[in-house]
Amino acid sequence: MAMLRAPRGPGEPGSGTEPGQLTPLVIPGAGGLPTGLPLAGRGGIAGARALRRMARAITSNRKATAGMVLLVFFILVGLFPGVIAHDDPNAETYRRFMGLSLHHLLGTTALGQDMFAQVVWGARPVLLIAFGVGVGATVIAMLIGVASAYLGGVWDGGLSVITDVLLVIPLFPLLIVIGSYLHGAGTLVMIAVITATGWSYTARQLRAQALSLRNRDFLEAARVRGERSLYIIVVEIIPTMTSLIVASFLTNALYAVLFSSSLQFIGLGDPSVTSWGTMLYWAQNNEAFQVAPLWIIVPGLCIVSLGAAFALLNYAFDEIGNPALRPVRSMRGNRVKRPG
Amino acid sequence: MRFVLRRLGFFVLTLWVALTLNFLLPRMMPGNPALAVIGKFRGGISPQAVKVLEAQFGVGSHQSLVSQYFSYLGNVATFKFGSSLTTQPGASVGRIVLDAIPWTLGLVGVTTVLAFVLGTGIGIVAAWRRGGRLDSIMPPLFVIMTVIPYFWLGLVLILVFGVKLKWLPYFFSYNYTLTPGFTPSFIGNVAEHAILPAFTLLITTIGTWILTMRNTMITTLAEDYVRMARAKGLPGYRIMLDYAARNAILPNLTGFAMSLGFVVGGAILIEVVFNYQGVGYMLLQAVNNLDYPLMQALFLLISVAVLVAILLSDIATAVLDPRTRGAK
Repeated sequence: MAMLRAPRGPGEPGSGTEPGQLTPLVIPGAGGLPTGLPLAGRGGIAGARALRRMARAITSNRKATAGMVLLVFFILVGLFPGVIAHDDPNAETYRRFMGLSLHHLLGTTALGQDMFAQVVWGARPVLLIAFGVGVGATVIAMLIGVASAYLGGVWDGGLSVITDVLLVIPLFPLLIVIGSYLHGAGTLVMIAVITATGWSYTARQLRAQALSLRNRDFLEAARVRGERSLYIIVVEIIPTMTSLIVASFLTNALYAVLFSSSLQFIGLGDPSVTSWGTMLYWAQNNEAFQVAPLWIIVPGLCIVSLGAAFALLNYAFDEIGNPALRPVRSMRGNRVKRPG
Repeated sequence: MRFVLRRLGFFVLTLWVALTLNFLLPRMMPGNPALAVIGKFRGGISPQAVKVLEAQFGVGSHQSLVSQYFSYLGNVATFKFGSSLTTQPGASVGRIVLDAIPWTLGLVGVTTVLAFVLGTGIGIVAAWRRGGRLDSIMPPLFVIMTVIPYFWLGLVLILVFGVKLKWLPYFFSYNYTLTPGFTPSFIGNVAEHAILPAFTLLITTIGTWILTMRNTMITTLAEDYVRMARAKGLPGYRIMLDYAARNAILPNLTGFAMSLGFVVGGAILIEVVFNYQGVGYMLLQAVNNLDYPLMQALFLLISVAVLVAILLSDIATAVLDPRTRGAK
């Protein structure tokens, strides 16, 4: 296993040529340009550079490549489900529990729906929720985390307490309680509820990162110029944190996939929306165990694969940010073992 | 001491937020939940219960929101949770909750501790044998394992070991035909019923412990004092356990507290899948039956349990790591 990685090691763009840390991204802002230049542009450059660096990282890190391929695959399925599956996922037109055949690649459900069509169409709501929550929760986390770190004092105290309180209240039970009052949450409601409750973890990470930037010269320069706090937060600080923001998007998207599927599984989603979670809900309520095990296995595998896509990307970014975690050849392991 | 006091203050604050959420959520939602219940179970609920329900959700009440709020807080403080509406009509909510707690504590408590100990141990060894076979296979494997939904793994295990192979029971926590008691056959039966749900929880939670422990341990292994210990010629296991692991375990301890909320959430689904009559199963019963008094009490109980665990782990961290005492 380790041997396969060997040829990559030294030439890996993420390893030797760059420090690999998340923080050095701010350096261009700290020195280089004299004040008074169009500063929005500079922030944009820092962000774009980080994105380019990430694109390179995705191609050079195998975990990231695997995650990206999976994600792109599901996005394509979610965008064009009609091209892949020809049946209407909700039409109860066939016999119940038909076996596998060319017309019904996965057979039919207890209600006579084509299961393959359901799996294919089921990708869309999950992706919508993942991206909706990913973006929404990250924006909230970004604004609250950075504002908290940058403004300091009473603001920091207040915002941090809100973040911490939300962080320790058990989320899933809270979602169940909210779901029970809502009676069948559709995709949009699901996005809103998970976003509103789920941003705190990443807000805390972003705050920690922003705290380390607080006393940098380029922020001091902006302050001296008399920029407003909102401008400094949005234009000066946030673009320098691109890698961490992408990481928090991935974290939030992953939790959205798992939470929404779980809620749908226990019947708190909108049962008429075809998604992997609701498929499992109907499967469990129709004795799929005995007759149609695929009804349980396939939607679950889809949830796991989509979740793994986000998790692998996130883990790869962790490795890129922290070179110590990257896979090593067994050489060092041998040296370590010798004394024992 | 100041650190502990501050954490205690935070505990009280969070508890208050949880209580207030419990009070405000049903009142903020579109359509009054009390009316929904009364509508759904028309005639099925005694007039007395309707009255209690109306009082609880402020239907037709002339009290202001503020005075409703204070009478709610008073009820909680005196452990008056009312009686169940539909799950076990008329039974006291406190009774139902108390009956459910031991099952959850037994299943989730034991499994969580086991996952923590095993996962930390595997993480230590994986980091120590850096680049070895264990270390190269595990990280990607456990990244994927942590994203498996608890309930789905439960379903798959039921499918394989329960339905197809018929090796293990997967319904309820013991065989209905047995009378509960401290007899060997009953205890054996309970243990047998716990295997599949416990295994599900173990598999889905252990990855986090392994990864956190491994990643911190790797950073610690690069420290000078570890090199020093090597130079002194100390035996490998001592460096591993006394020098590296001992200093690397703190994030895992804090993580233990943080992830408890997730564990509890996941355990709810596992209890649901296996029809295991613990707190989580009861919560879902309450949700499905629109039994709001029971649901609110269970949500409070879960919140309090998680908050207490976090408080304890905060204190443990403060005792073990002097640096945290001064930190914000």
